[in-house]
Amino acid sequence: MAVDLKMPALSPTMEEGTLAKWLVKEGDTVKSGDILAEIETDKATMEFEAVDEGTIAEITVPAGTEGVKVGTVIARIAGEDDDAAPAPKADAAPAEPKPEAAKAEVPAPESPTPHKMETGARDLVAAVADTRDDPEVPAGTELVKTTVREALRDAMAEEMRRDGDVFVMGEEVAQYQGAYKVTQGLLDEFGDRRVIDTPITEYGFAGIGTGAAMGGLKPIIEFMTFNFAMQAIDHIINSAAKTNYMSGGQMRCPVVFRGPNGAAARVAAQHSQNYAPWYASVPGLIVISPYSAADAKGLLKAAIRCPDPVVFLENELLYGQSFDVPKLDDYVLPIGKARICRTGSDVTIVSYSIGVGVALEAAKQLEGEGIDAEVIDLRTLRPLDKATVLESLRKTNRMVVVEEGWPVCSIASEIVTIAMEEGFDDLDAPVRRVTNKDVPMPYAANLEKAALLKVSDVVAAAKAVSYRS
Amino acid sequence: MSNLPSLRLHIPVPPARPGDAPSFDHLRLSEAGAVRRPDSAAPEAEMRDLPYDLIRVLDGEGRAVGPWDPKLSPDMLRRGLRAMLATRLFDDRMFRLHRQGKTSFYMKSLGEEAIGVAQSLALGERDMSFPTYRMLGWLMARDYPLIHLVNEIFSNAEDPLKGKQLPILYSARDYGFYSLSGNVGSRFGHAVGWAMASAYKGDDGIAIGYIGEGTTAEGDFHEALTFASVYRAPVILCVTNNQYAISSFSGIAGAEATTFAAKAIAYGLPGLRVDGNDFLAVWAATIWAAERARTNHGATLIELFTYRAAGHSTSDDPTKYRPADEAEHWPLGDPVDRLRQHLIALGEWDEERHAALVAELTETIRAAVKQGEAVGTLGQSKPSVREMFEGVFKEPDWRLIEQRRELGV
Repeated sequence: MAVDLKMPALSPTMEEGTLAKWLVKEGDTVKSGDILAEIETDKATMEFEAVDEGTIAEITVPAGTEGVKVGTVIARIAGEDDDAAPAPKADAAPAEPKPEAAKAEVPAPESPTPHKMETGARDLVAAVADTRDDPEVPAGTELVKTTVREALRDAMAEEMRRDGDVFVMGEEVAQYQGAYKVTQGLLDEFGDRRVIDTPITEYGFAGIGTGAAMGGLKPIIEFMTFNFAMQAIDHIINSAAKTNYMSGGQMRCPVVFRGPNGAAARVAAQHSQNYAPWYASVPGLIVISPYSAADAKGLLKAAIRCPDPVVFLENELLYGQSFDVPKLDDYVLPIGKARICRTGSDVTIVSYSIGVGVALEAAKQLEGEGIDAEVIDLRTLRPLDKATVLESLRKTNRMVVVEEGWPVCSIASEIVTIAMEEGFDDLDAPVRRVTNKDVPMPYAANLEKAALLKVSDVVAAAKAVSYRS
Repeated sequence: MSNLPSLRLHIPVPPARPGDAPSFDHLRLSEAGAVRRPDSAAPEAEMRDLPYDLIRVLDGEGRAVGPWDPKLSPDMLRRGLRAMLATRLFDDRMFRLHRQGKTSFYMKSLGEEAIGVAQSLALGERDMSFPTYRMLGWLMARDYPLIHLVNEIFSNAEDPLKGKQLPILYSARDYGFYSLSGNVGSRFGHAVGWAMASAYKGDDGIAIGYIGEGTTAEGDFHEALTFASVYRAPVILCVTNNQYAISSFSGIAGAEATTFAAKAIAYGLPGLRVDGNDFLAVWAATIWAAERARTNHGATLIELFTYRAAGHSTSDDPTKYRPADEAEHWPLGDPVDRLRQHLIALGEWDEERHAALVAELTETIRAAVKQGEAVGTLGQSKPSVREMFEGVFKEPDWRLIEQRRELGV
């Protein structure tokens, strides 16, 4: 059997590179560990070693080719069991159609994102962007394509410029610019007094941050992921959230706890959890979980200015997604206000964070089936904007809640309760929840896919509450 | 304002950053054979000098010197070398497979192989280790089947963990290898808990727990030491000080101020600081601590002083945070080279046999990988979807049964 050699990803961020030099030629026998080629990235030149043994049957990307996407087949190796060169033509895919306008002269990758490993989690990242104009933005404002990662960084940088009491602290936030590069550039601009690498102890630095907030500063505490914040939950809940109350209002705790939350790609049970329902159940905490880059920016700025402790739940899979962000000097959004990101009249789909993309994709599909869905992004989970939810329900009379997380005691459960208690007369069908499976997250790609919510589940639920099948 | 100086903080800065010349001048090292070896039952108060020294057995010429020489048989030395090499070659192969998209994640033990291997061989079958992710050597030393490792890394239909856990976070109870946790630190306390359970039951197995130097900042470290000290738990607690916590140098964890072994003093426990790249020193310190634990003299904290020669995992690029050639300047050398040199100095090994061993292990690993690839690599061969609902509880509750029925599996 011939083995395809693919352009390797030599660093986690590498998307393409230059195939600088081949050190083997067609017909050469190679064994594991042999250096096959030199590959240049924007950062370095690296050697590419063989894993498989056999004979180089075909070199498909010549030396000197630039812009070779990771995952592109660059050569084929005939295994020991094969007849060696010449390349078995019958074995090669029958003339894969090549895009006419391909810029780099290389074979098209097999899929748009071939270097990305198989994972159900990435299926959640929707291709559709939200459509509704933001009522908070003046007409005619320039919109700039910005990733969620950049938007979060911009929000922190702007607030740090504005207020010398704001600082950021966490594991690897300074020199390494954050495990997910959200604090990129902050150390250079603000120095090591305000961008602080900490020892590895979430319990420690959540407590130090809480203390610093009570000491009059405005700390931004970054958790590498909220999975690690479980260690720190005592400080977040029993100290930060309650000190104002317990001290009779004498002490305030204006701290922001932020970091990625929810399932990422292939990180299994201990690292794939949505803590939104946990924190949102606590009086004394503000809980925000944005979807778009604009909301990430506007709400993080609001969170930093908030006099109360804020848990700000981001999503790793959304960090690299681009959205339009209004170019304004000071874009701050109101906490506690949901956003209708698609208007519709037949069914209301309520979600937050990565679930919003899933809901929007489902709405697009439902449109094709004649169902006009309204999509609400809650954005803030405490205080929850129930007025927007109930108003929409009054219009559509049907509701589905979409949540990337477990179903039991969830935000979805809370929305269902609100709909039942305060919107009962508006309901034409029981509200449906679409969530992940009620199991710890497995690792294997097929199990992960089966455990996560899907667009088709949302479509089916919307049809079911509409009594259409 | 008073005329007192304004207060300020000290921010630790690594001795060398990318582009600088590597520098290890600040390290406190002892000569091989120079550190005394007290009786394993001696009172802790009489050995408070040890945490500031460095126990070393192998000298620069590959000779075993001093009171800590465990005087191992050549056969045992060869067994150690074999397991260390197997670990290294397996890591190399898997790292390359990751670059080819055949698995999603990998972490190498490069430079730290002596630790897992020596301790696995030095401790007994009824003892239990609570490993970190750089302890593959433990399993290699106990001949854990390579195919199990490969299938788990590929998460295929024959994965012993059935697609539920990340690659390399192995569980192998029968090999004295407790289930690995992705969350650092927690297992340190579990090791003490397991050891206390062993004493509670009157068994004779001891526990050995590991934590990275970075993770000593966690409460888990201090809580484990407190319980180990209070109850004299039969446990060996190890800090693997490989100088880096992902990108953070050990100064961020407090290494500028004192040694990690010295943290034992405040808990009234013996603290040994050991050359982690010296197979014999690791063995000797482990046996000393095991003897102390087995005779109900309580726990020992061992700092295994080593260097993480590879990146943290397949997800980071070490050239971004340290000089690219820093590993070559590590003053305590490479653990495989040093053990090989020792065996050659004893006349029990030669370059030819070494090359033959490398060839043999390479072939064995290659065959195991082929066998695993035949079952399937990442995403090709799949555990049954029904597996998703297995093992949540001992007996599935109605929720699980309902969900399984909905999926028709």
